[in-house]
Amino acid sequence: MAEERRPKQCTVVLPTESMKAMAESIGVGQLQEESCAALSEEVSYRIKEIAQDALKFMHHGKRRKLTTSDIDHALKLKNVEPLYGFQSQEFIPFRFASGGGRELHFYEEKEVDLSDIINTPLPRVPLDVSLKAHWLSIEGVQPAIPENPPPAPKEQQKAESTEPLKVVKPGQEEEGSIQKGQGAISAEAKGKKEGLMRMKPRSTHELSVEQQLYYKEITEACVGSCEAKRAEALQSIATDPGLYQMLPRFSTFISEGVRVNVVQNNLALLIYLMRMVKALMDNPTLYLEKYLHELIPAVVTCIVSKQLCLRPDVDNHWALRDFAARLMAQSCKTFSTTTNNIQSRITKTFTKSWLDEKTQWTTRYGCIAGLSELGPDVIKTLILPRLTVEGARIKAVSEGPVVSNIDKIGADHVQSLLLKHCASVIAKTRPLPDNMEQYRADYGYLGPTLCSHVVKARAQAALQAQQVNRTTLTITQPRPTLTVSQSGIGGSGGSRSPSIIKVPSSLTLMSTRPGTPTQPSPPATKYIVMATSAGASSTQQVLDGSLVITLSSSSGSSVTSTVASATSTLQPLVKLESRGAGGLGGSRPLQKYIVVSLPTSASSSLESKSGMLPPSSSSTSPISLEAGMKMDHTGYVPNGTLLPI
Amino acid sequence: MAAVQDGQLNLEVEKDIKTEITNDGSGNINANSSSPGSTSSGGKSKSPAGSGEDQQTLLAVLQFLKRNKLTESVDILRREAGLSADADDSPVSESAGAGSGGVPSVGADGGDANSLLSRVSIATPVAPPATAPPKVVAASGGEDQPDVNVVLSAYSQQGDPVLYPLYYNGLKKFIESVLDCHRAELSQVFYPLFVHMYLELVYNNHENEAKQFFEKFSGDQECYYEEDLRILSSMSKKEHMKGNETMLDFRTSKFVLRISRDSYQLLKRHLQERQNNQIWNIIQEHLYIDIFDGMPRSKSQIDAMSGSLAGEGKRDANKAKVFYGLLKEPEIEVPLDDEDEEAENEEGKPKKKKPKKDSMGSKSKKQDPNAPQQTRIPLPELKDSDKLDKIMNMKEATKKIRLGPDNLPSICFYSFLNAYQGLTAVDFTDDSSLIAGGFADSTVRVWSVTPKKLRRVKSAADLSNIDKESDDVLERIMDEKTASESKILYGHSGPVYGISFSPDRNYLLSSSEDGTVRLWSLQTFTCLVGYKGHNYPVWDTQFSPYGYYFISGGHDRVARLWATDHYQPLRMFAGHLADITCTLFHPNSNYVATGSADRTIRLWDVLTGNCVRILTGHKGPIHSLAFSPNGKFMASGATDGRVLLWDVGHGLMVGELKGHTDTIYALKFSRDGEILASGSMDNTVKLWDTLKAFDDVELDDFTAATGHIHLPENSQELLLGTYMTKSTPVIHLHFTRRNLLLAAGAYNP
Repeated sequence: MAEERRPKQCTVVLPTESMKAMAESIGVGQLQEESCAALSEEVSYRIKEIAQDALKFMHHGKRRKLTTSDIDHALKLKNVEPLYGFQSQEFIPFRFASGGGRELHFYEEKEVDLSDIINTPLPRVPLDVSLKAHWLSIEGVQPAIPENPPPAPKEQQKAESTEPLKVVKPGQEEEGSIQKGQGAISAEAKGKKEGLMRMKPRSTHELSVEQQLYYKEITEACVGSCEAKRAEALQSIATDPGLYQMLPRFSTFISEGVRVNVVQNNLALLIYLMRMVKALMDNPTLYLEKYLHELIPAVVTCIVSKQLCLRPDVDNHWALRDFAARLMAQSCKTFSTTTNNIQSRITKTFTKSWLDEKTQWTTRYGCIAGLSELGPDVIKTLILPRLTVEGARIKAVSEGPVVSNIDKIGADHVQSLLLKHCASVIAKTRPLPDNMEQYRADYGYLGPTLCSHVVKARAQAALQAQQVNRTTLTITQPRPTLTVSQSGIGGSGGSRSPSIIKVPSSLTLMSTRPGTPTQPSPPATKYIVMATSAGASSTQQVLDGSLVITLSSSSGSSVTSTVASATSTLQPLVKLESRGAGGLGGSRPLQKYIVVSLPTSASSSLESKSGMLPPSSSSTSPISLEAGMKMDHTGYVPNGTLLPI
Repeated sequence: MAAVQDGQLNLEVEKDIKTEITNDGSGNINANSSSPGSTSSGGKSKSPAGSGEDQQTLLAVLQFLKRNKLTESVDILRREAGLSADADDSPVSESAGAGSGGVPSVGADGGDANSLLSRVSIATPVAPPATAPPKVVAASGGEDQPDVNVVLSAYSQQGDPVLYPLYYNGLKKFIESVLDCHRAELSQVFYPLFVHMYLELVYNNHENEAKQFFEKFSGDQECYYEEDLRILSSMSKKEHMKGNETMLDFRTSKFVLRISRDSYQLLKRHLQERQNNQIWNIIQEHLYIDIFDGMPRSKSQIDAMSGSLAGEGKRDANKAKVFYGLLKEPEIEVPLDDEDEEAENEEGKPKKKKPKKDSMGSKSKKQDPNAPQQTRIPLPELKDSDKLDKIMNMKEATKKIRLGPDNLPSICFYSFLNAYQGLTAVDFTDDSSLIAGGFADSTVRVWSVTPKKLRRVKSAADLSNIDKESDDVLERIMDEKTASESKILYGHSGPVYGISFSPDRNYLLSSSEDGTVRLWSLQTFTCLVGYKGHNYPVWDTQFSPYGYYFISGGHDRVARLWATDHYQPLRMFAGHLADITCTLFHPNSNYVATGSADRTIRLWDVLTGNCVRILTGHKGPIHSLAFSPNGKFMASGATDGRVLLWDVGHGLMVGELKGHTDTIYALKFSRDGEILASGSMDNTVKLWDTLKAFDDVELDDFTAATGHIHLPENSQELLLGTYMTKSTPVIHLHFTRRNLLLAAGAYNP
C-alpha cells in the first residue's frame, strides 16, 4: 500500500530555483546549477530532520497541530538560533508571484508602521485558564449533558438511515458507543449478530424520566400561549445535542398535531408546529431522514390545505403557506436522493393539484408557492409556461362578476406571488428589451404588470451587482465569519471561540433573554453571520425573529421588509445582502446567512427545561400526547404515505 | 573478508554467547562503539579467565581466529576474556593488522587502546551488584558525541553496488521458497538487512544505487517500520550520516532477532552455498541472532514482539529476577478506630466492614515472597503527617467501590478551558485534593479541587511572631490573605512536559523543555531546587511512591534517578536508543520503568542501576505507562493506539488492547487493579477488564522460558466501555482512593 508513497518520500527535494532565488536575495548571483542541486538536497534533508524533531515536540505538547514554536524548539535542539518573530496565521501567509519565466512563493514581510501598532487599542486579554468538572460517565453510563457529545453523532444517524446494513456489522467503531456499559452482554450479542446480519436492527427508543419530563415541557411550551417560553423551547430543540432519542416522539407529535389542527382550522397552532419542524431541521445534531414520512405530509398539508383558518378572508394563512413551502424546499434540498426522489414526488404532487381546474385559490396559492420555492429552474419549466392560463383565471375573478370576496383575495395573492417569483426569473433569462406588448403576447393578462416588475427587478439586480461587487472583497476573505455582537465587544469571536467559557449557569442566561422573540438579539448574545453560497430561497429564513414578524403582521408580502428591518441592527453588509435577496427572490445564487446565536448552544438541554416552565403555567396543549409512551421504530419506509391531505 | 568455514560457523554461535551484550546496563553506548569492529560489546563482567584450562582454550580460539583473519573477533574475545593484547604473541597481532586489508584505518593499536580505555570506563557502572551498591553510579560520558567516523567506518567495506539488489533479491527468493514455518522467522532478517545495505550504499557514496535500492525494496518492509524508513529515505548522502541519531542507533546497537535453531541453520546453509559474503558479513556484524531451540514462531507471534528500533529484547536481557512484590506496609496504630466505627454504625452495616479490614491488615503483615527486602533501598522515614495520611487512606479504602465488569466506575472529567492548546501535562495528588497542570507557556498551575483553598506560609518575619506552642500552629503559619483556588508557579523557560506531586503533597516536580527539573514547595509556592543534568528537553519526571526519590528522562536518552536533597543524580540509566518519553516508579520503589521513542520499555533496578527488562512490541513511541497496584503487571500505551500488558516478573507480553485510534497519553489501573482506564488523543476514555485479561493468559513453563506467547485475540471482549469527550483529548487519568475515575484534558474547540 505504501509502495507508491515511499519512493516519493525518498525523492522530494526543494526545487533548485528556490535555491537560486534565495541566493539572489542575499546577494549571491549566478549560482551554478550543480551547486544549486547540492544545496537543495542538503537543505531538504535538514528541513526534514528539523520537521521530524518538531514532531516530537508536538507529540509531547499533546497536540495535533504543529506550531511554529515546535520548530523553534527543534532548531534549539540542533543548536540553531530559532526564527524569532515568525507569527503564523491561520492560513499560510505565502504569496505567489511570477515574472521573467520564474515563479516564486514568498512570505510577505510588510513594513509595519510603529505608530499604528502603538495607537491600535490593545486586543482583549485572553481568558485565563480555568478548570471545570463534569460527569463523563456515571456508573458506566454517559449522561446526556451539554458537556458530553451527543449520544449518536449525525454521521451515524445518517449512515443508519441511508445504509442500514452497514451499521450492523460487528466489530465496527460505532458499536462502541452503542454498547456503552453493556460489555457483559457484548460477547453474547456478537454471536447473535452474525445471524441477524441481513436484518435491520429494531431499535427501541426508551426515554428516561428526565427525557419524558423534558419532552412534556418542550411540547407544551411549543404549542402553549407564552411566546417567551415557546422561543426558549424552540431554541432548545434547535440546539440541544441530546434529542436523538426523542426524535420519533417529536415527529409523531407534529404529524398528529397538524392532522387535528387542520380539521379544526387552528392557524396559530399550525404555525407553532411548523416552527417546531424548522427548529428540528436546524438542529445540527439531528438527521431527520427517518422521520420524513411523518413530517413531509404535515408540512405539505400546511402548504396546500384548502382551509387553514376559521376566517380565510381576514387571517394571514398565506404566510404559513409561504413558510411551510420554504421548509419543504429546504428538506428537499437536504434529503432528496435518487432513492427516495422526494423532490420529484413533491413537484408532481404540486403540479397535479395546480393543474386541476377545480382547485381552490388557497390550494392553488400553496402549490405555486411550494413549486417556486424549489428554485428558479422549477419556476422556469413549470410555472412560466402556465402564466397565460393562470392570468386568464385571475382575470376572470378580478374583472368578471364578483363571485366571492375570498376568491378575490385568493386571486390577488396568487397574482402577487406569481409576479414576485416569476419576475426575478424572467429578469435573468429573458433578453432585453422589456416590451409591454411583447410581454402581453407571451404571458397574457399578467404580461404588462409582469413587465414592470421585471424592469424593477433588473434595476435592482444592477444596483445589487454594484453592491455585491463592493462587498465581495470582504466576503471572499479567507474567513468569511464575522461576528456581530450586540454588546459591542468587538468582532473577533469566531476564531478562538470562547463559547465554552461562557457556559452559563444557564438559568441566569435564560432570564436575560427578552420576552419576545421579535428581537433576536438579547444582550450579550453573539450572532455569527456566516456566508455560504446557496440558493436564495432560504434567505428569508435567516432569522427566526424575522419570521415571527412575518407571521404575526398580517401583510401578505412583508417578507422583504421584515428581513431588512430585522437585520437592520446588524452591519450594513448583511443588510444589503438580505434585502437584495428578499427583493429578487431567486434571481441569482446569493449569499446565505445563517445566524447562529452562540452562548445558548451550550445552555440548552436539561437546565433550560427547569427554567422554562414553572408548573403554574400549565397551558394545555390541544393535543394530548402521552409523554411516557413507548414505541418501536423500524426506520423510514421509503414508500410511505407522502401525499398530503 | 574471511571465507565462511564450517569451523568458524560453529564458533559463531559460541561467540554470540560470549559477546552477550550488556549494552543495556552498561551505561555507556559510546565508549562501546569506539572499537571498530564490534559495535556494542559492553563490559561483560566475566571473571578474567580463571583456570589455566580456560585460558588455554581461549588462546587456541584466538589463534584460530587470527588464522582466519578475524581481527575484530580477536579484539572482542580478548577484551571479553580480559587478556591484554601483550599477553599473547605480538608477531601474530602484527600480522593480523597487516593481513586485514579491509579493516579501516583505525589501527589495531589504537583499537586496543580504545578498548582498554573503554574497559576502564565501563568497569564502574557494571560492578557486580554483590560487591557494593554504590550510591552514585558514575555514568561515563553518556552525552559526548561519539566519534562518528569510527562508528561509520564499519561500513567502509566495499562491495559492488550493483550487486546489492541482486544479493537482496536472492535472499528474498530464498526466504520465499522455504517452508511456511520458517518463512515468518527468516523474514525478520529483511528489515535490518535492508537498512544496513542501504546505509552501506549511502556511506560509500553510491547515491543513485542507494535510491534505487530503497525504491525497490522499501515496500517490502513491515508497515510498522514506516517511520524509520521515512527518516532513512531522507538520508541520501554520506554527510547526512554524521550526527543523525537514527543512523547512530542502527550502528551502535546490534539489531536483535530471535530465530529458532532450525530456521537459522537453513539460512546459514543457504548463505554458505551461495557464498553470499556481503549478506553474511552484515548478519555477522550488525545483527544479533538470538537462537532458541524449539518450534519456530508464527508470524503473529513475531509481529507482536517486533517493531522496536533495535529488534526484540534478548531473552537473556529479561532473565534477571525482578522483585515485583510490594513492600510491607508499616504497621500503624489506628487511633481513630472508634470514631470510625461509630460512623460505620451510623451507616448501619458495621459487621460487614469489620472482617474486611482485618483481612486487609493480615495481608499486609505477610511478607510477599516476590517482594524485595524492606531495606533493599533506603526509604525515607515516615513522618507523623505521613502516618496520618496513611490512616486516612485506609479509612477511604474501606469505602472503596469494588469495580468489575458489572460495576463500572463513574468518571469525572476535569476540562481545562481556555488553555489554547497549551496544556502539556497534568497530575493529581494521591488523595485527589490538588490538580496541577503544566503549560506550554512555561508555567505550572496548581488548583485545589476541594473547598479548601491554597494558602501560602507566612513570611519569615510574620512567622517569628507566632506562638509556636499553640495547638493550631499549623493553621497559624498559613497566610489567610493568600488563599485562592489556584496558584501559578513561574520559573521554567520552556514548555513544561512533565509534572508530579510528591506523595506527601508538600512538593511538586516539573520537567521542562529548558532541560531542568524543578522542585516546588506547595507550602510557599516557590521553587526550591532546579535540578540540572539533562541538557536537552526533559520529557517526563515522576516521584517515587515513597517520596524522596524521583526519576526524570528526556531527549538525551538517559534516565536519571535523583534524590530531592542531592543536586546531582544518584543513578543514570542509559541504554535507550531514542528519547525517553515517559518514566514511572514501580509501586515498591525498587524499580523504574521508562518508555522510549525507540519503542521499547526498559525496567531498571534502582539499586544496581542495571537494566532488568527490555520489553518490545510497540510500534510507536511509548507515551504512557502504568503499574498494576500489586506490582505484578504493567500496561503501556503508545502512539500506535495500542495498549500492551506485561507480566513484569516473567518479562512477557500478556495482552494487547486494541481500540484507540490515536496516541494514548494516560493509563491507570483502578485501586484494586480490576480495571484499566486508558485515555487518548482520540478524545475517548476506555475501560478494560484487566482481571479477565490476566486470567486468560495461560503461562506454562515453556512459554515462560522462551517468551513466545500466544496473545488471545480478545481485546474487544475486554473493552468495558468507551466514553467520548467533546473534543477534549484525555491526557491524564487518576483513580481516587474510593475508585472514582478522574480524567483531565484541555478542551480544544
